[in-house]
Amino acid sequence: MSTIDLSADTAERPLPQLSRQGLEARALKSGVLTGLTWLAAVLAAVPLISVIYMLMVQGGARLFGSGFVEVLTGLPPAGFEQGGGIGPAIVGTLAMVGVASLISIPIGILAAIYNGVLEPRSWTANTSRFLAKVLTGVPSIMAGVFVYAVLVIHWGYSAWAGGIALSVLMLRTVVLAAEEAMAQVPQRMKDAAYGMGCTRTQVIWKVVLPTGLPGILTGVLLAVAGAAGESAPLLFTALFSNYFISQLSEPTASLSILIYNFSGMPFPNQIELAWTASLVLVLMVLGFNILARLIGQPKV
Amino acid sequence: MSLFNFGDSVSPISGPPSALEYANDRIFRGISWASAFMVIALTAFILWEVGRQAAPAVYAYGLDFITGTEWNVNKGAFGVLPEIWGTLYSSLLALALGGLFGIAIAIFLTQDFIHHRLSLVFRTVIEMLAAIPSVVFGLWGIYILIPLLKPGAEWLHDQFGWFPLFSTDLAGPGMAPAALVLAIMILPTVAAITVDAFHRIPYKVKEAAYGMGTTRWEAILKVMVPTASSGILAALVLGFGRALGETMALAMLIGNANQISLSLFSPANTLASLLASTFPEAGQLEVQALMYAALVLLAITFLVNVLGQLVQQYTIRKFEGK
Repeated sequence: MSTIDLSADTAERPLPQLSRQGLEARALKSGVLTGLTWLAAVLAAVPLISVIYMLMVQGGARLFGSGFVEVLTGLPPAGFEQGGGIGPAIVGTLAMVGVASLISIPIGILAAIYNGVLEPRSWTANTSRFLAKVLTGVPSIMAGVFVYAVLVIHWGYSAWAGGIALSVLMLRTVVLAAEEAMAQVPQRMKDAAYGMGCTRTQVIWKVVLPTGLPGILTGVLLAVAGAAGESAPLLFTALFSNYFISQLSEPTASLSILIYNFSGMPFPNQIELAWTASLVLVLMVLGFNILARLIGQPKV
Repeated sequence: MSLFNFGDSVSPISGPPSALEYANDRIFRGISWASAFMVIALTAFILWEVGRQAAPAVYAYGLDFITGTEWNVNKGAFGVLPEIWGTLYSSLLALALGGLFGIAIAIFLTQDFIHHRLSLVFRTVIEMLAAIPSVVFGLWGIYILIPLLKPGAEWLHDQFGWFPLFSTDLAGPGMAPAALVLAIMILPTVAAITVDAFHRIPYKVKEAAYGMGTTRWEAILKVMVPTASSGILAALVLGFGRALGETMALAMLIGNANQISLSLFSPANTLASLLASTFPEAGQLEVQALMYAALVLLAITFLVNVLGQLVQQYTIRKFEGK
């Protein structure tokens, strides 16, 4: 007879232990790795906390003290001079970020409209999207080198040159972020507008832009924040100045270059001002960042 | 019959565009095409302009520029081998450290270690880290990190001075603080792209692994990481690309010394910080040489970034079937 005796088979093999064994080798390994991951996460937060703490302690003393008006409006001190402020640098940074925004935001959004809505699959769109991504990885100092070659060699250092160098850096961010924001607009909304007899331009102005506005604004504000913190492209385009600018065609101070210049000086007053300038710069950059996040939050 | 007479019943809110609207449409589309094309033209213009400025130096020094080790304006000797070495060495050190931490944090944020809300908070903290300007990290490095590293570096040099990595003392600025700050700066990039790579994996993949009885880490190491591998690779390549071009923090921390050394504590130089520290005071001849150096930097970062983008596009296609 070929009947298979199943009872013997099941009797020999006990049921596997299915509950979790905390001391089993693989469970231990899992526990150790979990601990290490927690450690890594905590360690990664240490630099940020340390930077913010030092900014508050070293920079805050000057900024939140009684002399904050002098710090925010005064001229940078020379040599052994006491006091002084970072006024020209604040004005210079704002002016150059302003120039950069005026150039890059309209061009960036228009390019994003073409890449994302008008002809997303065309050669121009594919190439410019790819190059914008590649430009994101190009070192920011290259924007300075480029503007130096094109403008500074002929017309000298100026706020224009600095602003244009920053606009090269902002453009790539605005193009990519605005395109992504407009891609979120549902196709059926556009189709409804086409069905009413809209031209493509009308669809963009009346449907795509208003609907995608929060996302576009987020991208634009992040680009502005990034430009405000940049320093490498300003080194040899805007140079530096100890005085307030009266026009955009002269060398201009900026917060980031002031920090760079003062960080290596042997005078405690200058170093303290470098920390103060850092605090102001970080507050500016983080302010734009937080604003971008608040605007971009989905309103559901 | 008036039943099918649409001519009168077309309401003013819907109807064919007028001639003016057609013209507007044409013009607007033309302008947006020009804007999109401007990104292409700008890239070409950057390459052409930097190339044109560098041309005299390229003809004059040729490949000796890349293999030369001396940078001396008075002798007219320009070589960037130490800078190329410093760029690659600092970026590789930063990638090893920043990559490890970046991937660990991406796993921490995506693999249900902490509550979803808390992980959003943590993600914001990491993004804030990315927003801190390079010069501020440089300042922090000079006055916090270097004094902090000094005792440890001294001890390592005293005890293990025979080991090439510790063969010199940390006198102030040097490779170790520069690479550490660089690691902190690329960590957010690596973490963010890796998080995206993990998010692309359907949840049922992990459920299937758990269903087979894996522990959490067996699921992560044997299923999730291999599935996300191309995305993680893209994160590492793009992080490396960022490290190569980082300028200000390095110019402040690396010590700007024209030498090739394996030691973690000796000062060095990178291409970007050579540009930052030398450009503002350079004469005409030196500017040409610096343009050549910029071209070398551009070529290196361009290659690395195109590679990173291609890997990332491959990843997206793999998961979204586009």
